[in-house]
Amino acid sequence: MSVLVNKKTKLVVQGITGGEGTFHTKQMMEYGTNVVAGVTPGKGGTMYDGNEKDRFPRPVPVFNTVSEAVQKTGADTSVIFVPAGFAADAIMEAAEAGIKVIVTITEGIPANDMVRVYEYLRKNNVRMIGPNCPGIITPGECKIGIMPGFIHKPGRVGLVSRSGTLTYEAVWQMTERGIGQSTCIGIGGDPVIGTRFVDAVKLFNEDRNTDAIVMIGEIGGTAEEEAAEYIKKHVKKPVVGFIAGQTAPPGRRMGHAGAIIAGGKGTAAEKVAAMKAAGIHVVDSPALIGEMVERVLGRRKAGKTAGGKKKVVRSKGKAARRGGKRSRKGRRK
Amino acid sequence: MKIHEYQAKEILKQYGVAVPRGHVAFSVEEAVKAAQSLPGPVWVVKAQIHAGGRGKGGGVKLARSIDEVRERASEILGMKLVTHQTGPEGRIVKRLLVEEGMNIARELYVGITLDRSMSRNVLMASTEGGVEIEKVAAETPEKILKEFVDPAVGLQAFQIRRLCFGLGLSGDTMKNAMKFFAALYKAYEATDASLAEINPLVLTREGTVLALDAKINFDDNALFRHPDFMDLRDFDEEDPLEVEASKSNLNYIKLDGNVGCMVNGAGLAMATMDIIKLAGGMPANFLDVGGGASAQTVEAGFRIILKDPHVKAVLINIFGGIVRCDRVATGVVEAAKKVDVHVPIVVRLAGTNADLAADILRNSGMRFLVASNLKDAAEKVTKAIAA
Repeated sequence: MSVLVNKKTKLVVQGITGGEGTFHTKQMMEYGTNVVAGVTPGKGGTMYDGNEKDRFPRPVPVFNTVSEAVQKTGADTSVIFVPAGFAADAIMEAAEAGIKVIVTITEGIPANDMVRVYEYLRKNNVRMIGPNCPGIITPGECKIGIMPGFIHKPGRVGLVSRSGTLTYEAVWQMTERGIGQSTCIGIGGDPVIGTRFVDAVKLFNEDRNTDAIVMIGEIGGTAEEEAAEYIKKHVKKPVVGFIAGQTAPPGRRMGHAGAIIAGGKGTAAEKVAAMKAAGIHVVDSPALIGEMVERVLGRRKAGKTAGGKKKVVRSKGKAARRGGKRSRKGRRK
Repeated sequence: MKIHEYQAKEILKQYGVAVPRGHVAFSVEEAVKAAQSLPGPVWVVKAQIHAGGRGKGGGVKLARSIDEVRERASEILGMKLVTHQTGPEGRIVKRLLVEEGMNIARELYVGITLDRSMSRNVLMASTEGGVEIEKVAAETPEKILKEFVDPAVGLQAFQIRRLCFGLGLSGDTMKNAMKFFAALYKAYEATDASLAEINPLVLTREGTVLALDAKINFDDNALFRHPDFMDLRDFDEEDPLEVEASKSNLNYIKLDGNVGCMVNGAGLAMATMDIIKLAGGMPANFLDVGGGASAQTVEAGFRIILKDPHVKAVLINIFGGIVRCDRVATGVVEAAKKVDVHVPIVVRLAGTNADLAADILRNSGMRFLVASNLKDAAEKVTKAIAA
């Protein structure tokens, strides 16, 4: 089990014939993601298997519209590699076609476009991850996005983060310690995003195959505080946190459009204080994320019932992707 | 992207927002000419820099004759203006705005920005104009009135009415203010601004409503829709190293510390800065080399970081996911050979082919300090700056 995506996910790639779209579709298919369709307006009716540089394991049918792709292939999830100027339109097209989870990788979408998109998705009850994010992965089952697959390992820790490479860093620290992940969600660093910390935390909290949650935030906005408030009230699972940007000066945009301390709000100190007050295990150094996860899982193992104990032991099993898959299957039966 | 007050006012005027009459001046003579073309008998000479708090810093002066305009203009032009937003180094004033003086009855605040927690634009107004709005927000948040804009229908007249009544307006002033708010919102949306702030918004004794000051920031992501805005960019207001970096597609921000850093990804770059601080140093910069981290980008990064004389060590932290570490390592070696690097370089490469990368660095004949993980990198940086 996992959140939002798994091996049953049927993925349509919007912008599949572009450079980025081609490269990452190949990577996703090789990881085992079930890519059922592509959409590129004007190229409908063809089969696409990549280019000389990046050849897909098998050809994928291309459609002119998302609704046609949904009708013909039963796609339920979409990933968007469409350029920034056209991305808002692509997102709304997917939502209108009945797609339930949209993962928007595109960077640089104007904030005003996203304000309109956000409202449209809210009204249509569609979940979006991103934009400007690495995507979402359920290790061993389904990778939707641009993250390197091999650093992940199936397991029982859910991770949510605003950054890309910093997420990889945290995942890698866990995997190196034999700690696997249920699902990792990169929510993106823009001011307007489809899935916020609190939404992801809620999903992980309700997922019975997630034992602990890692939350990696950064300066700007108040989304971490909002999630901390929720965690304080509703979450019993251990949560490990880190906030990037303790040394960032106010008024400067640190790469991500949303990573800016404005009007004295959004400092790392405020976020860390709110998270600590909510009982989150906050580490000062990004080098200590893996260690802290190991510690809270160990503590849980020692203090919990036999059932909880078993789960943790299983997640720490040596076998990589395969083993994780099998154990999940076994449980379902 | 930030622009000057006079540029913001010119844009606002195009959308029907009332602003005082005025002209930009690049010299004292131009300032005098600008004043002569205005009716008087009172003029305001305003320093144009991209920072707030200009009045307190002595960058805004009243003049009661043309001679006084000349005096004030020559005082302000070329001065080093220090405000709470410029830092102690201040800014040299190179442009002035000369405006007609106003008969001010009341000063209000109005601003439009994106409210991130609501994912909607918000129109804010307050009776506490002319002071720092952050202070008002912190101390008396009830004095800030807010109207959130439904993106499906836009800002509605009833919302503007509610704001005006909340500000205690009536009669002609109310009518003018309604027009003003509607026009301001139109300008905000049409220009893809991320902030449109009028502080103070003034009500004159004659009942007119005007933007005495104006601040507009544009959403960088939307600049592709407004190619003409590029002419408004003032490079004098930007750090020359940051301008140079942007030409190499590097995202660089200069800071005051002693350890330079080069990282792929903004979040990891911030985290690396934090590591440096925890190691006892201070980051000299933020630098995101992006996804590629090729020999060229690393070389450009080295050149920019090493121009800062305070840099005592450099930490390179690359997480190779899709990009392979051995390629990055080759790039780092090539770049370090081309650029005369006179400080210790700590390199930490993780991810795809990290072992191969470490071998390349160790066998390069150069003295890289190769770190195996983030913790190790921090320790090596501590040692490097202590030496």
